[in-house]
Order: sequence, then structure tokens, then C-alpha cells
Amino acid sequence: MSEIQQLYQQLILEHNRNPKNFKEIEHADCKLEGYNPLCGDQITIFLKLENDVISDIGFQGKGCAISKASASIMTTMLKGKTKAEAAEIFNKFHKMVTDGTIGENVGKLEVLAGVHKFPSRVKCAILAWHTTMKALDEIKAEDGKR
Amino acid sequence: MMNFDVEKIRAQFPMFAGKDKPLIYLDNAATTQKPQSVIDAVTKYYSEYSANVHRGIYAISEKATHEYESARTRIAKFIGADFEKSIVFTRGATEAINLVAYAWARHNLNPGDEILITEMEHHSNIIPWQLAARDTGATLRYIPIDETGTLVESEKYINPKTKLFAITQQSNVFGTTNPVKELTEIAHSFGAKVLVDAAQAMPHLMVDVVDLDCDFLAISGHKMLAPTGVGALFAKQEILEEMEPFLGGGEMIEQVTMETATWSEIPQKFEAGTPNIAQAIGFGAAVDFINQIGIEKIKDYEGEMTRYAIAKLSEISGMQIYGDLFCRGPVISFNVSGVHSHDLAQLLDMENIAIRAGHHCAQPIMRKLDVPATARASFYLYNTKAEVDALCEAIEKAKWFLATD
Ligand SMILES: Cc1ncc(COP(=O)(O)O)c(C=O)c1O
Repeated sequence: MSEIQQLYQQLILEHNRNPKNFKEIEHADCKLEGYNPLCGDQITIFLKLENDVISDIGFQGKGCAISKASASIMTTMLKGKTKAEAAEIFNKFHKMVTDGTIGENVGKLEVLAGVHKFPSRVKCAILAWHTTMKALDEIKAEDGKR
Repeated sequence: MMNFDVEKIRAQFPMFAGKDKPLIYLDNAATTQKPQSVIDAVTKYYSEYSANVHRGIYAISEKATHEYESARTRIAKFIGADFEKSIVFTRGATEAINLVAYAWARHNLNPGDEILITEMEHHSNIIPWQLAARDTGATLRYIPIDETGTLVESEKYINPKTKLFAITQQSNVFGTTNPVKELTEIAHSFGAKVLVDAAQAMPHLMVDVVDLDCDFLAISGHKMLAPTGVGALFAKQEILEEMEPFLGGGEMIEQVTMETATWSEIPQKFEAGTPNIAQAIGFGAAVDFINQIGIEKIKDYEGEMTRYAIAKLSEISGMQIYGDLFCRGPVISFNVSGVHSHDLAQLLDMENIAIRAGHHCAQPIMRKLDVPATARASFYLYNTKAEVDALCEAIEKAKWFLATD
């Protein structure tokens, strides 16, 4: 496979065309906007938590195929996970898209490994994840306040 | 096109030579490729007379000073300035604008005064004025643009409170060429000073500071075949002489005591420290290169290619071109429905075609167009219609790849 084929794998193109969980969630526990100042892409993450478990997650926004597919795959992976599990998956993902290491049990995420060869696209792939991690942190902070 | 031998021109650019799949470089609004003569001028300085300027009492320093000053003179002549000392070398257009914002605006603006710019400015002609307004209490105002990238009712925004009017001569997003001469005249009638950002205009059309009558002109070298790291500020002599220094250091002083100092004559007063000598000399060579071809011929050639490109691109289904379709410089911003500009730029890169994707350092424009980003193809004197055809083909291929239809 050429580098470009590794970047735009079939699964990525499919998620770009028909993103999963591309929806607003009413009464979300947290709604957070993420922004990539480099390219102007914008994403909104909606999160619902039940006892520390992500019970629903959705996203909306404008972005390239990589950012959209990454967000879409992310939502499918994080639904049903605890905050700690989500953070662990994020760490693996982060490592994979920055240095190409494919960790254990990355599952479908592997299709995004090709991104690490394109430094200018790493930010696209990571936008949804950063926003989600920040959203989880915000919920944590609010929990602390309560 | 008569008298315009593009193949002969291309042959002078090493970046286009000897590749199986030649580079199709369509990001000239970001920076341009360099001809051999510019590269040679830089190399020659480093290998034959590398020395500091305005200092050494020895032959190679004299030679370096002579070449550096000669570049200044040629740049002055290129923009019709009758006094070469009104050219200050800077790092680029950005530094030229900041120089005015620090050395002029901060000493001449007061609360209640207005700085007027336009909605189509590059960030480098926005942020320095936001900062200057913040520091002086002046108000920053914008002349709006419409969806075609044209200024709307500019005259209405120029008034007796306007102390500085800063405007781009050509938009780096829409390619719009603004009527800067007419607007300068109106601004002057209210006593305002006028800064023209010529970063995008100067590579493509004749810029004459006497005709424009602007007070300041910001110039970018690397967008007109010169090395990176060099640009210039033109300012009217009397304004430069009255202006406070910008950076302090060596080269810009006359006498220094422990407490104080007096300043060098212009333009050295504004060139503290060792300048970008090689780059400035390269800038002189770039001006020579353009002069040998003739800026008017370049303009005509690019005009024809731009019209051709707009016609060809318009045939692509789902194509949206931003800006006025007829009256513009060689810069085309567009989007193809269903294809994000990042993906497009990435896929075009596979065909060795370089275009820009993003907000082009002009976020207020993106907001106006209500798009996160656009793709942008921008041409220069070495591009060809065959490259435009290749661009269009590659766009069709990218559409097919992402299967958006
Ligand atoms: C209209 C405009 N002004 C200013 C600049 C900044 O020029 P420089 O890179 O020389 O600082 C640019 C560069 O993109 C530009 O397009």
C-alpha cells in the first residue's frame, strides 16, 4: 500500500461518507467545542455519563475526511467505556498517530496509523479526541464541585 | 502569448528541473520559487565577499556594502521611489507593518483616533493594529467586504478621526485588486496617513509609490522570487526622518553615551543589528529578473492564465470559486462540495501538485464566507495552462477517490 492509501484507507473513507454518531445529544452532560486554529476546522462533542461510564457520545462539525473519520471511529470505541478506559485508549491512539506504534487492542483504530507519516494531519486526527478528553475533565471538575 | 517564453523562464528555476514528475507549484501566494540568478547572488556573497556591511575598512566589506546598497537602490527604482533612502530592509512585509505600528502609530495615535483597515486583510495587517489600538486607546475599524471579496462603501468609513488607513493592494484570498490610489486620495483629504500592503500586489503588477502617493508600503521579497527573510518598508522621506527608531542596537546609532544616544541617518536608523545581507542582495537579483521580463508582460500572461483557470475550474461539478470572477489577480480560492480542502491538498500532493488549504491567515474572511477553510491555487510567471489542466484533472480524481458524487 502506498502512503496515501495507508492514510485514506477504505474504512476511513466510509466513516467520512457515513459518520457514526454524527448527532447532537439533547441534555448532554457536557457539550464542548474544539477548534483547530491551523486549518479552521471545528468540532462539537456531546457526552452523556452514567456512573462514570460514557453512555452516549456524539459529534457535529466541519472537518476533513481524517478528522471526521477519526471522530466517528472514536465515538464507536468510547461508548460504554469508563473515563479511565477512555483515557487509556486515547493514550494508545496518541502514540500511534504521532510515532506509528500500534499498541495492543487498538482494534479499528489501526486504520488511522498511517496518519503519523503526515505530520500536518496529526492535528486533524486528534482534534475530536482532545476535545473529548477535555470534556471528560470538565465533567470531572464539575463532579468535584458538587 | 507574444514575447513570453514560459519554457525559457521555467528553465531558470532549479526546482522545476530534471524530475520525472515535475513539480506543479501553485502556492505562489505563500511564497515563490527562486531562479538560479537569485540563488547565485546569495551563494556568491557567501563564497566570494562574505563580510558585514557599513563597518569594515577592507575590500570585501566595501563590496558587501556596495551590493547591499545597490539592491536597495534597485528596489526603490522598481517602485518608482525617487529616493533610495526611503527603503528600509525588513524581514518581510509583516515586519514592515510592525515597524510602522511601533515606530509611527504608537507615537502618533491618541484615544479617539481611528485606525481603519479592511475585512480582507491578512492577519499581518490586522494584529499589529489591534495591538497598537490597545496600546494607544485608538479605535480599530474595518471597511466591510461583500461575498465577492469587494470592499463595500469604503468612502463612508474614512472620516476626520481616521489617522491611519492600512489596506492591502491585492487580497491573498480573493485576488481582488483594491483601488488604493483613489482611497489614498480620500484618506489624505482627511489628513490620514496611508499604509499599503503590497505583499501580494508587487509580484504581479506595477506598483508606483509616487502614483499611489501612499505614505508607507509594505513589501515582501520572498513572494517575488527573492530569498525568505527579506522584505522592505517604503516610507516617505519626511515621515521616516521624523519617526522614532524601531529596534535599538548597532548600526542604527550615531553617538552613544552611557545614558543616551543619537540616531543614524535614515534608513540605517531603522536597521538595527546585522541585516539579512545575502537575502537583501538576492532581493536585488530578483528585481533584476523581473525587470528583464517586464512586470507588464508578467501581468498580462498571468491574467490570461487566471481567466483560463477560472473557466476550466468552473466546469467541475460542485465547484465554488470565491471572489469576483473577472477582475482579479492570479489567486483563486475555491471549495469542491463534499471534498474538504485538506483532503484535496493531500491528494493533489500525490500528483506532485502543491496548493494551499486552510484559512490563509485571513480568518475574518473565512467567517464572512462561512467556511472553515478553502483550497487556493495561486500562479506566477512560470506556471502554464498545462498545469491548470493537470490541476483540474487531479481535482476530478480526488472527487472520485472520495466518492462524493
Ligand atoms: C496580503 C499579505 N500581507 C502580508 C503578508 C506577510 O508577508 P511576509 O511573509 O513577507 O511577512 C502576506 C503573506 O502571506 C500576505 O499575503
